[in-house]
Amino acid sequence: MTSTVTNIVVAGLGGQGVLKASDVLSDALLRAGHDVKKSEVHGMAQRGGSVRSDVRYGPEVFSPMVSPGEADYLVAVDSSQVDVCRHLLRPGGVVIAPDAIEAAALPNRRSLNVALTGALSAHLDLPAELWTAALHANFRQDLWAANEQAFQLGRLSQSGSAKRPST
Amino acid sequence: MSATERILLNGDEAIALGCLHAGVALGAGYPGTPSTEILESFSKMGGRAQWSPNEKVAFEVAIGVAYAGARALVTMKHVGLNVAADPLFTVAYTGVSGALLIVSADDPGMASSQNEQDNRHYAEAAGVPMLEPSNSQEAYDFVFAAIEISERWHTPVLLRVTTRVCHSKTVVRPRAVQAQPLAPHFVRDIPGRVMIPAYARPAHRRLRQKLAEIQAWNETSDLNRALPGDPALGIITSGVSYAHVREAAPAASVLKLGLTYPLPLRRVAEFARGVSRCVVIEEGDPWLVDAFRAAGIRVEGKPDMYRFGELSVPRVRRILEGDVSPESKPPPGKPPQLCDACQYRVVFDTLRRHDCIVAGDIGCYTLGVLPPFEAMDSCVCMGASIGVGLGLRHALPPDEARRVVSVIGDSTFVHSGISGLVEMVYNPPPGGHVLIILDNSTTAMTGHQEHPGTGRTLDHEPTNKLVIEDLARALGVRRVHVVEPRVGSEDFGRMLLECLASGELCVLITRRPCILIAKRLKELEQRHTAPESPLPSTGIAAEAACCPNGVPAGAGADRPKSGI
Repeated sequence: MTSTVTNIVVAGLGGQGVLKASDVLSDALLRAGHDVKKSEVHGMAQRGGSVRSDVRYGPEVFSPMVSPGEADYLVAVDSSQVDVCRHLLRPGGVVIAPDAIEAAALPNRRSLNVALTGALSAHLDLPAELWTAALHANFRQDLWAANEQAFQLGRLSQSGSAKRPST
Repeated sequence: MSATERILLNGDEAIALGCLHAGVALGAGYPGTPSTEILESFSKMGGRAQWSPNEKVAFEVAIGVAYAGARALVTMKHVGLNVAADPLFTVAYTGVSGALLIVSADDPGMASSQNEQDNRHYAEAAGVPMLEPSNSQEAYDFVFAAIEISERWHTPVLLRVTTRVCHSKTVVRPRAVQAQPLAPHFVRDIPGRVMIPAYARPAHRRLRQKLAEIQAWNETSDLNRALPGDPALGIITSGVSYAHVREAAPAASVLKLGLTYPLPLRRVAEFARGVSRCVVIEEGDPWLVDAFRAAGIRVEGKPDMYRFGELSVPRVRRILEGDVSPESKPPPGKPPQLCDACQYRVVFDTLRRHDCIVAGDIGCYTLGVLPPFEAMDSCVCMGASIGVGLGLRHALPPDEARRVVSVIGDSTFVHSGISGLVEMVYNPPPGGHVLIILDNSTTAMTGHQEHPGTGRTLDHEPTNKLVIEDLARALGVRRVHVVEPRVGSEDFGRMLLECLASGELCVLITRRPCILIAKRLKELEQRHTAPESPLPSTGIAAEAACCPNGVPAGAGADRPKSGI
């Protein structure tokens, strides 16, 4: 099962755009023809608490939740959530944290979630145009340019990384 | 929309789309996590949806729609069905002319709830057929199935979902052919609809007869599916647990139940006979396993420790292995808190400084219980602050009683606080009482829904407005004050001390719009007061435009904007 399904956890605090990032991610994966499941618990999390969104994809996905020790990637929009979610990573799983992004280069401080999604995209085997389409589907048109810029910034930050995490 | 189109929807959105395609005439409800997005999505997709003051009223509106021969939807979280339980039990007797779809969104694990009650008990207790989808495709499909059952047997149907179904996005392939709405018209049926004892006695017998027919039908219904597998291990399951089961035990034989009340017991017995070990995997109470055992079917249940919280793939593995060793606890995340600029900070800071005994209620302001405030002493259910506060006032010695206040939000006050206020006026404690209504002009906790006190409907259009201070005065409260709590201002503190010292009945309304909607509120108010267009039809056009094909672009569209 775990060999054919890829598990991604996006984590952060309420208001940081965790759910938006996982929406863009799952949208791109759906466009690529994968079976996709995305699960999160919101509600009280909107008030600044921890928010976590699980995205799983592959030929067929059953449970919508990522099990501890099985995440291939952890995308942390807030560095405080790396330790909170580390137990979810499998051995050799990849952490993508805010320090991967040059904050000063962001078009907007609040686009860190999209920049980190861009960083994640460098590890996933998806055509670039699907990411653009997913960004366009999830943001108003006047925000496209800034988000594409943030996404590219993140994508280029991973140059030199392997396409897939080592095992 | 083509039949092969794949869209990613959460369970709530899938229910909404199902209702749109199945010709539901009206959806009513009260916001409550994880059910809230159903009506919001239904409205954005073009369906007719409304928030009611509470679940009981919403339920009754839906009954009326279904009596009129149309298809009705009513949505609520699990505890909302407690509020609506009165009509539930009797509409099961009367039945309906059109269709009545009741959505109960349960919250095992209590992501955002005060209890983890298992509402499958309601289906059995009230005698209402129940469907349990395991993902968004089934949430969509089961809406059609529920409406078919409702119309065929003239019965309300319960669609029971859980947080993981509501808030997980999975792939949905919508149907190419959509249902035509029914044409409503009134058919008089006094013995069928008026539940005086003489008419209710035969109605109860009719209900049991209907349930027996549905049970017989369910024995061969394709709403339940058997997946052949290893005969050494058979698993009976329903809802999202099915997804965990397929992953935890890919080789097992599985009987997945979709229509879980009335249960297809012959089919279950046959499945159990065909495997050497038969385990029931269900979240929450041992409801299926008890029903099977009562029918004489030999099945294994789960150890009691798995009754608490959600199930998951690792927990299902543990159940199958009979592992009852303590589970490892994940590191704690950051708890939610009141926003930095929230008016409630001033209120709870003041209540703490004056050592008030606070009967609290349900909403954002329940966070006043956490540090640094710790200024809430009870929270039971929607509206309970007033009754509980009055009871404390009646029973405590005077030096303690005079420190008791009830604290309730604006939406919660309208939901079920009004009758508490009537009680306060009718049976006043000797030392009076102080009711603080925290009015932030929205239902904030569930994501900023309108309510009767905002003067706007679900889709943010102007409507008649309930004015809380006018209502309080009309009920006979003489001391009614409205104050804006501000950091650095002692207005609220002064007013509170004055009320506490008065020994009278006081209603103290703290009014300031929620900081998260202040900007949007201004835009709405400007639009609605523009002289050229006193009643604009645009609503919030920017959001409506996100789903030109009747399919939402993303559930995040209505949340406070983040990630620019």
